[in-house]
Amino acid sequence: MRRYFLNRILLIFPTILIVSFLVFAISRLIPGDVVELMANQQGYGFDAQEVRELLGLDLPVHAQYYEYMKGIITEGYLGHSLWSGASISEELVGRIPVSAQLGLMALFFTMLMGIPIGVISALKQDAALDYTLRSYAILGLSVPYFWTAILFLTFGAIWFQWMPPMQFIPFTEAPWESIKQMLTPAILMSLSLAAGIMRMTRTMMLEVMREDYIRTARSKGLGYWTVVFRHALKNALIPIITIIGMQLTLLVAGTMIMESIFSLPGMGRYLFHAITQRDYPAIQGVTLIICTVIVTMNVIIDLTYGFLDPRIRYS
Amino acid sequence: MVEIMEETSGVTADSLIEFTEEEAELPSRHHWLIEILIQLVVTKPLGAVGLALVLLLVVMGVAAPLLTYSDPTVLHDGAQLIAPGAEYFFGTDQLGRDIYSRIVYGARLSLLFGIAATFLGLSFATLVGTLSAFIGGKFDTVVQRFVDAMMSFPYLITMLVVMALLGPGTLNIIFAFAIASFAPSSRVVRSAVLSIRGSQYILAARATGCTQKSIILTHVLPNVTAPLLIMASQGVGGAILAEATLSFLGFGIPPPAPSWGRMLSSDGLSHMLNGPWLAIFPGIAISIAVFGFNMFGDAMRDLLDPKLVGGIGRL
Repeated sequence: MRRYFLNRILLIFPTILIVSFLVFAISRLIPGDVVELMANQQGYGFDAQEVRELLGLDLPVHAQYYEYMKGIITEGYLGHSLWSGASISEELVGRIPVSAQLGLMALFFTMLMGIPIGVISALKQDAALDYTLRSYAILGLSVPYFWTAILFLTFGAIWFQWMPPMQFIPFTEAPWESIKQMLTPAILMSLSLAAGIMRMTRTMMLEVMREDYIRTARSKGLGYWTVVFRHALKNALIPIITIIGMQLTLLVAGTMIMESIFSLPGMGRYLFHAITQRDYPAIQGVTLIICTVIVTMNVIIDLTYGFLDPRIRYS
Repeated sequence: MVEIMEETSGVTADSLIEFTEEEAELPSRHHWLIEILIQLVVTKPLGAVGLALVLLLVVMGVAAPLLTYSDPTVLHDGAQLIAPGAEYFFGTDQLGRDIYSRIVYGARLSLLFGIAATFLGLSFATLVGTLSAFIGGKFDTVVQRFVDAMMSFPYLITMLVVMALLGPGTLNIIFAFAIASFAPSSRVVRSAVLSIRGSQYILAARATGCTQKSIILTHVLPNVTAPLLIMASQGVGGAILAEATLSFLGFGIPPPAPSWGRMLSSDGLSHMLNGPWLAIFPGIAISIAVFGFNMFGDAMRDLLDPKLVGGIGRL
């Protein structure tokens, strides 16, 4: 069992190494005319040559990669933003908690809605309630959340004079106020994400509820809900968690979009600004952090399989 | 299995004799693709609705000039922010452009983007997946680790980074979507190729002296058609949504092209407060397009891949 966990954890490193290589390649792939633009339009340097030096492109490739990785590993140094001149790591330290809070809140509401709705839908198969919940799921998969957010902002303002607060409240200063502030974007996002979880939960519950051991559990006198939660849901959870893992990238993308709509100072706004300003070091920094988080989260998901299903752990 | 047994057991010797020679002839078969579409309409009501919506989009896209009364980019003088009515069906925006025309022409844009981007993405996936599986060995291992790493990049970030490198432009977004989306589909292609790589007829082809290239083209690729068709019909909706999201964030198809996503862009939020119809119609258009393609794609998958019936996507 310890070997299983260790194996999984060790698997992070090769993937992150390749991710870092891909991220590193970004600055190597900047076309020459864009370097010109960076000098002329953004004023990042006197001429293209100076911009290339700023990006470290004048060194040989292996030396560049070595320098880049050395900076990250030894001191967490991601380079300096071309736009503001500030250290990217320091900039991100303040922004990561904002994105993380929004992302985790959205994940929480996604599971809070998706799993119970899926269970109810499966238990009431083909009843009116089932059809209603399934229609909701279809809607959730088709309606983009940035649209529901825009509708919410527009009609909230027109009908109730409601506006999202302009001032951002950090979690460390006033936890409850901060959670309240992010409630709207988190719930709006999870309305869409929950649809996928709900569909998976329903399908799996339908399958599991037909198994013999469910009938056995019922016939030995266990209560209905005990069987549903302890026997059925627990066995349906693995594919559901897989779907959650597959949705992580969607969750991250959604978090960034919601940050930009609701003016939250997270990584999303930083990235969008960096892209408009052709601030490649900043783009690389954000991308590297996000991909590392996703790779790590996927490993954590792998580890939960081991907890949920002993067969996986010992095989 | 059960159904097949019931069918065969219902056929008695008597009933066979009663066929005359003419009757015994097989009913004229259509092309297999048409057969599948007929089955779709008969057995999958939701898929049929999806197909109808897709056809509606195609009609809107092809016949846009006939269906509209105004050019989508023309600025109507003194007709800024007119509410929906007889003169302007869906109203006008802050610049005096007719929203109805923009929605109809937007269908052409979304559809062309969706099809082109899906096609290019699947071409990449086929190339990478086939080569990786066919060459095998170390090449396969290395390529697959890169695919792993690519899968930990959220599609939004990959698209934004590629756009940041290439600059704005419709062709560049198509390319960006292809890069961002090819990794998971290349896995599917790879496993399809792996499953036939060791089969007898590939061996026979090799023994008769076929070159690698001709084996791949004439023996391997035709076997990948079904999964490719499934991924294509499921991918277009996602591509349309991705374009809308990117345009919404301001990085998509450049103005004045009538992109649904850009019409919703939060830059226009202050105008939406005065003209809430600005926030409504583009969102409905995106949702209908995505819904149509999703339902059509799900039904196509069920019909083309019997193994998956009742699987993840069942609703």
